[in-house]
Amino acid sequence: MFVKFLNAAVFAGTPLLFGTTGEMMNEKAGHLNLGVEGMMAMGACAGFMAGYFYDSILIALLAAFLAGMLGALIYALLTITFMANQNVTGLTLSIFGVGISNFAGEFMLVNSASNTLKLPEQITAQISNINIPGLTTVPVLGPLFFQYNIFVYLAVLIAVTCGIYYNNTKTGLNVRAIGENPGAADAAGIKVTKLKYINVLAGGGICGLGGAYCSMIINGGVWMNNPVNGQGWIAVALVIFASWKPYRAIFGSFIFGAFNILKYYFPKTIITLPNALYDMLPFVITALVLVMTSIRKSKENQQPASCGVNYYREER
Amino acid sequence: MRANDTNYAIELKGITKTFGRVVANENVNLSIKYGEILALLGENGSGKTTLMNILSGIYYADEGSVYIDGKEVFITNPHEAINLGIGMIHQHFKLVEVFSAMDNIVLGTRGRYVKNSALKEEILEMSKKFGLETEPDKKVYNMSVSEKQTVEIMKVLYRGAKILILDEPTSVLTPQETAKLFAILRRMKDRGNAIIIITHKLHEVLAISDRVAILRKGRVVGTVKTGETKEKELAELMVGRPVSLEINRPETTSKKTVLKVVDLSVVNEDGTRGLKNVNFKLKSGEILGVAGVAGSGQRELCETIAGLMEAKTGAILYNKENIIGKTPDEIINLGISMSFVPEDRLGMGLVGSMDMVDNMLLKSYKKNKGFIIDKKPSRKLAEELVEKLSIITPGIETPVRMLSGGNVQKVLLGREIESEPNVLITAYPVRGLDINSSYIIYDLLNEQKKKNVAILFIGEDLDVLLELSDRIMVLCHGEVMGIVDAKNTSKEEIGLMMAGKKMEGADSDE
Amino acid sequence: MNKKGHVPFIRIVKISERSGKDTLKIRIAAFISALAAGGLFILFLGYNPIELYGTIISGAFRSKMAFQATIRFMIPLLMSSLGVAMAFKMRFWNIGAEGQIIVGAVCASYFALFHDTWPHFLLLLVMFAAGALGGGLWGLIPAYFKSKYDTNETLFTLMLNYIALHIITYLRDGPWKDPGSSGFPKIARFAPNAQLDKILGVHFGWIIALILVFIVFIYLRYTKHGYEISVVGESKSTAKYAGMDVRKIILRTMAISGGICGITGMIQAAGSDMTLASSVAGGVGFTAIIVSWLAYLNPFGILLVSFLFSVLEKGSSVMQSAYGLSTYFASVLQGIILFFILGCEFFIRYKFVVSRKGGR
Repeated sequence: MFVKFLNAAVFAGTPLLFGTTGEMMNEKAGHLNLGVEGMMAMGACAGFMAGYFYDSILIALLAAFLAGMLGALIYALLTITFMANQNVTGLTLSIFGVGISNFAGEFMLVNSASNTLKLPEQITAQISNINIPGLTTVPVLGPLFFQYNIFVYLAVLIAVTCGIYYNNTKTGLNVRAIGENPGAADAAGIKVTKLKYINVLAGGGICGLGGAYCSMIINGGVWMNNPVNGQGWIAVALVIFASWKPYRAIFGSFIFGAFNILKYYFPKTIITLPNALYDMLPFVITALVLVMTSIRKSKENQQPASCGVNYYREER
Repeated sequence: MRANDTNYAIELKGITKTFGRVVANENVNLSIKYGEILALLGENGSGKTTLMNILSGIYYADEGSVYIDGKEVFITNPHEAINLGIGMIHQHFKLVEVFSAMDNIVLGTRGRYVKNSALKEEILEMSKKFGLETEPDKKVYNMSVSEKQTVEIMKVLYRGAKILILDEPTSVLTPQETAKLFAILRRMKDRGNAIIIITHKLHEVLAISDRVAILRKGRVVGTVKTGETKEKELAELMVGRPVSLEINRPETTSKKTVLKVVDLSVVNEDGTRGLKNVNFKLKSGEILGVAGVAGSGQRELCETIAGLMEAKTGAILYNKENIIGKTPDEIINLGISMSFVPEDRLGMGLVGSMDMVDNMLLKSYKKNKGFIIDKKPSRKLAEELVEKLSIITPGIETPVRMLSGGNVQKVLLGREIESEPNVLITAYPVRGLDINSSYIIYDLLNEQKKKNVAILFIGEDLDVLLELSDRIMVLCHGEVMGIVDAKNTSKEEIGLMMAGKKMEGADSDE
Repeated sequence: MNKKGHVPFIRIVKISERSGKDTLKIRIAAFISALAAGGLFILFLGYNPIELYGTIISGAFRSKMAFQATIRFMIPLLMSSLGVAMAFKMRFWNIGAEGQIIVGAVCASYFALFHDTWPHFLLLLVMFAAGALGGGLWGLIPAYFKSKYDTNETLFTLMLNYIALHIITYLRDGPWKDPGSSGFPKIARFAPNAQLDKILGVHFGWIIALILVFIVFIYLRYTKHGYEISVVGESKSTAKYAGMDVRKIILRTMAISGGICGITGMIQAAGSDMTLASSVAGGVGFTAIIVSWLAYLNPFGILLVSFLFSVLEKGSSVMQSAYGLSTYFASVLQGIILFFILGCEFFIRYKFVVSRKGGR
């Protein structure tokens, strides 16, 4: 039972991990992007449709990544080059992204023969849980580590890569410098604009992958409107929960995944709570974490200092 | 491309740079050789920093060309400047606060990220070579200003810069630290580096440079050999007319203690020390100057008196009434008017996006009866100030952000003085102003002094402090190192106190 | 490092000032470009953009009923935009209008559901007050933590939206579940006594909304409170320096901002839905942010923009029945419009300059 609960938590936490990693990449470069929900929605739609038509997980992932990146490109153009307000641009991206994703989804539904969209067989097999003979069957460890779908492993891989990137590479150091003080980074010869674009776009692409998980896995391969359903917003909050550390994002996401599915596993014999309270839990906890971090106030483990402020070199 | 017929490190030809309608540099020609220290002298706003920012790739010139080692180059960003061997140490340090010294030094350079002892070794060795002291692992936010400056210098050296530009490097240093910096610069010069130092302090120009280029209103008005000039000549070139460099110090008679600070200790929000056991008296009809390197407790002192910061222990007696625990509002009503000008002039005293009328309201809107604001009195006040202080503005409805630094300062001081305070606290009131505007501000303060106002003057230029104040209080790490009579002290004495040497009998406060 | 010279590259240069007329021209051009971009999108889907835009406009105005429906769309949008604008003026990023609407509606619904025998106007008055109080309280929570600990209000208000949403589902599934509806959980319909009266065919919320436009305009522009909000928004340290009680101002303004949104919730529930539905806010709180930003936080601008957006909303529903295109088209177009407006601000303050390395 407990192993099953952990399994479910990992599954529920995976889209959050994509979103959190993606948003973290934005914030590391000094851009608070509230468009995660929108970028995930765009990835959800593009990934599903590509999977539906091409029946290939690779093409689906690529499409999801590109769609998330397209959303991020709008954001990047407006905030990096045109120096528009980050909060408003991000929010608009969320509204726009969810809108266009649902619009396209309904468009496809109406134009489909059976009025339903279901992923074809080959891709369904590709995204089902893996089974490694000899490993998956090991008691406890097998189900705990070796029976997820490809998305789960991809999400962890990306998060770990991200951790190495920011902690152990020169480019990562440079990006962190931009997020803290773009003026200093610029004066040190770092190509601020280029690196900002790279990080924001890559982050958007990763968010898009998380969206694809929502649309392709959660609803059992059938298209439904609003597949992301607020997870992007939790991801934004999770970045804070993880205090801008990629490795912590992995655990944070899975912990939040656990909150999400707690209502199905919590032993009803102890206490019976209404489902709504369980659904509320992740948001309440995030709010509490927000308050706690703001009370603690340390110099480090804070949001990159330039987040929300755009950079113009010739500012006087 | 020109032939390589000179051995100049840098040649600037016909550089022009405008910001909107403001011409920052106009047809500037300048050159410097290797093994030479060139001082770039000019008043605030004369375009020194802009010119050097063009060299370091922060700005791009509208017109003109730059030659490095005789070859024309096009520096479109700082990256290219660094590749050309140009390193600039900005007046406002460009450091990442949460990074260590080491991370800041290697930032943006080529090569793999090595977080090992080899890099540390390299940095320590390099600092030894130039006589610098660095702790590679120390975080910048834990550093003093002079430590930060050392990191900036290391940054430039690590990038192998042959041409160094320093923008007002001494403004945050004690005289002793300045001497040390100059020794390092001379060592670099002997190693064949070309060094440009921006400053507006005449004696420093004479002390360090080989040649001086003087900028006025964006143009080069003269280049002279340092050995062949004198302070007076430089000052005249800089200002454009004969100037007396004396500041008035009118004598006043009735001196009663107005503000008495007793054992005041303040702790900053992040837990660090703000002030510790500060004792002093402020008297009517005097200017008490406050000296100290940046961050020695000046801000905390001002803000605590104004009621913006909480005191941990101690008392501030205003005519025997303790004002600690009172809100800023209540303190303003007692007649302690504070004109506090932090680095960002428009950050505290004025609202940049609002016009003069609305800014006049800032201190008086509460006296309005009722819910709706009557703007007529502030409009009148704004008009009066424009006339009285000859403030140059397109109109009282222009956002104050659009005014020049000197005029913004007049608006701020004018408003404070208009409220007829008994105590006036001014922090860095002439920061960023040209000499002319500075003298107008000094005159305004002296006028108040003659009206028996008690003035606390937080300054940064020791020469000004020595000439303007009656007494000088020196702060270091939030502690009072001593209070001395401005007429009977020297820069060296104050410098030692700024660096932390306590004066015997520091309670010389009568 | 390019040493060849005469290579063009693009720089961004600040413009000193643009006249009000030029600024307006740029913004109008951006709006038209946004519509054109939306048109391209429609064209790409294989429809005639002019025809579709025509359908949207005629859909909103074609009959008295259609126009009334447009106005019904507008009321909550207009009101919550006014609420949001107050907070934004203070640079308090209240994106929690959604939650404040919901909590306002919940509080008002309590009286509508359980005290529906009270005299009609007394009941409505109490519901009105309950809505304002509930929304105000929901706005006060993030304001309290912002003013005390500088807690990030953007994310906090966002979380509160979802918490509020689940309060409704909790009430719907449990304590307030309509016993009359077997199986499908929903909250009972309000008694007619607890419904808003109609004036000119639309519930009287539109009158309240219009009055609010004037009140908010005067409040922000001519009162002490409005002045304080502007100063705090510009610089908190200046406000403190001037002796303002910044904490009090933040709390007060957010209570009012949330309160207005709470009233919106009450009006939506009692005037439009006639019950407490989980969709009582339905994204209006988010759209309100776009509206107030597009209107540059000016109450009369908000009136105009929220009307335009309502035409778009109503028109899209007609478009759906005529062409089978999703009503989500409205959010797509709203997004595009704001993207263009956000982008055009750049051209008001800056310009691109093509420089040539060396040549000029």
